[in-house]
Amino acid sequence: MSRTEDNYHVHIDGKENPLQLNLKEVWRYRDLIVLFTKRTLTLTYKQTILGPAWLVLTPFLTSVVYAVVFKGIAGINTNGIPGLLFYLCSNGLWTLFASSLKRNSATFVVNARVFAKVYFPRLTISISTMLNALIEFLIVFAMIVIILIYYLLAGEVEPAWKLLWLLPFVVLIAGAMGLGLGVLVSSLTTKYRDLRMLVDFGVMLWMFATPVVYPLSQLEGSGILYKVMLWNPMTAPMELFRKIMLGQGYIDPISVISTLVFTAAALLAGILIFNRVERTFIDTV
Amino acid sequence: MSADDKIMIQIRDLKKEYRLGQIGYGTLQKDLQSWWAKRRGKVDPNSKLGQEERIEGDTLRALNGVDLTVYRGECLGIIGGNGAGKSTLLKLISRVASPSGGTIDLYGRVTSMLEVGTGFNGEMTGRENIYLNGTILGMSKSEIDAKMEEIINFSEVEEFIDTPVKRYSSGMYVKLGFSVASHLDSEIVIMDEVLAVGDIAFQQKCINKMRQSAREENRTVLYVSHNMSTVRELCDRCIVLAEGKNIYDGDTEEAIAYYTRYLQSRNETVTDYLSKNRRAINLTDQIRIADIKVLHDVIPMGGMLRFDMKFNAKRNMDNIMVRLIVCNGPGEIVGMAYSDPVHMNEGDNWFAFSFPVGNLASGEYVCDIAISEYDGNVDVRHDFLSKVMAFSIREERTYFGRSWSVRRWGNVVFDTIKAEEIRHEQD
Repeated sequence: MSRTEDNYHVHIDGKENPLQLNLKEVWRYRDLIVLFTKRTLTLTYKQTILGPAWLVLTPFLTSVVYAVVFKGIAGINTNGIPGLLFYLCSNGLWTLFASSLKRNSATFVVNARVFAKVYFPRLTISISTMLNALIEFLIVFAMIVIILIYYLLAGEVEPAWKLLWLLPFVVLIAGAMGLGLGVLVSSLTTKYRDLRMLVDFGVMLWMFATPVVYPLSQLEGSGILYKVMLWNPMTAPMELFRKIMLGQGYIDPISVISTLVFTAAALLAGILIFNRVERTFIDTV
Repeated sequence: MSADDKIMIQIRDLKKEYRLGQIGYGTLQKDLQSWWAKRRGKVDPNSKLGQEERIEGDTLRALNGVDLTVYRGECLGIIGGNGAGKSTLLKLISRVASPSGGTIDLYGRVTSMLEVGTGFNGEMTGRENIYLNGTILGMSKSEIDAKMEEIINFSEVEEFIDTPVKRYSSGMYVKLGFSVASHLDSEIVIMDEVLAVGDIAFQQKCINKMRQSAREENRTVLYVSHNMSTVRELCDRCIVLAEGKNIYDGDTEEAIAYYTRYLQSRNETVTDYLSKNRRAINLTDQIRIADIKVLHDVIPMGGMLRFDMKFNAKRNMDNIMVRLIVCNGPGEIVGMAYSDPVHMNEGDNWFAFSFPVGNLASGEYVCDIAISEYDGNVDVRHDFLSKVMAFSIREERTYFGRSWSVRRWGNVVFDTIKAEEIRHEQD
């Protein structure tokens, strides 16, 4: 057995390490990411009657309710986009971001038992959680496309075909931002459990502060509120997504920069702090 | 031994501190306070200072400067009492927790079996769990595919491999978990008493498997256990941990003897037998052991252990017996001896006892002492002291050119078997 064992040399130092990303190790455990993702996918809908149908049913019903409440009753102007379609898009992308964030924020607390017994890069769990949110999004997306085709044939919407290439980036950024914030929160929850309570509430507030149930154009002319809205890092993905899919949306350079900077910062800070907590959390949880 | 001089694990001055008391609910305010003090280079107002001991303020030093070098192909046993730091050491090596000071260098992949079947999911089948558990432990999917048959065969649960593991018995669960972990291609294996579960036959199979992988595949095994017979069987070298320090490092047999003597020396500090804490239940308060004096604690094989005991009785009593439960170094019971029934007078009584140790093999022993009263009908336990009287048996002779091996032959040297040729009458 003359394997080059030194490839696997690991140095553990009691002194505080400089911050590290450890992404190489995560890559070595890529099979684990796939397995975790599969496991969650198969286990979530075990012993449910409708099974994976829930994946489509929930966002569909939510969008119907949104359309009735916000467009029908509150009379929000969706710029001529059919209510159902508008809310399917908004809700779909928001859910990707929100569930990536919310589910990740529980990583350490939920997996404490496994983490106490065996080492593997904890980030694999976070990434697989995001992948699960992505997969669920893709299923919803397929439904959106089907409904979109119907309205397209009816001539009621016109997607921005020229921007189609941006679509994967918009989706990835929404997922990655959720991941970054999620791991950040999960690292902090190991010490301050209050944050757990705050997450659900915070995400809900954030949703209303983002053009999800209303288009950004609704705020035009409202001055300060509109300007603040541009800085919201979820504004650009939301507007861009609807622009691409439905042809209606407003993209401001400030929003785009804010989104890119915020996503990068959240991911970097999230992973760095996550890696630090990963080494000590077992003593504090 | 198959160990060579390639270093696999190098540990230098390893320390691990735990904060005592409530942790995890630290308030933000305190943390900010500490952080601010640290920034300005001042003493943290939230840290308490104490003497240079294992507990300093509200920190416990679970490991207090451990140095250790382990070579390739070695089976290293780690023994020590509860709270000596054994599990902490394994946790640090398996990277579940991080050290507070010192360094660890690992020259190979590590499989840690701090628990078997970690990450098993009840809803998933045995096969699916092999994949999941294997990848958690660091195998790639293709490696698992290659070893799948071997793992299933070893686990002895072939028939149920496609059944969700929530329907498994706990034994099957452990078997499957162990077989996944033991088939990894890692260079270093860490086991924390995982063998304590599962039936004896499977335990033996696991030990053989681990020995084989050390001998033939040159893997390095670290094994923690309270069960000295498995340590003897598996390990060539042993370290003794006590109070966070490595107090002995060497041959397994000698390490176990050292550990036994260490435990005794700690017990000898208690000379006030009357106030010694009685852990046993259902004791009367009629008689208490007040003193024990062993005249010679090193005796030859087949010799006589002489000791005097002082009893404090509340009334006159008949049919009082002393029972010695003789345990070997690791604390396993070897046998029991009882004294003649004696009469006790109210107050203090001194008795001299002579215990012929008979066929007890050479080694270290320690006795539990029970005082009981048996009148032909009921057996009443009056007093019980655990691990109070230690003695050792030394012998000069050898067996087949070597000294008696407790690991191979146990604690009893039976009398020589008489052999006689059977002569058939030839008619």
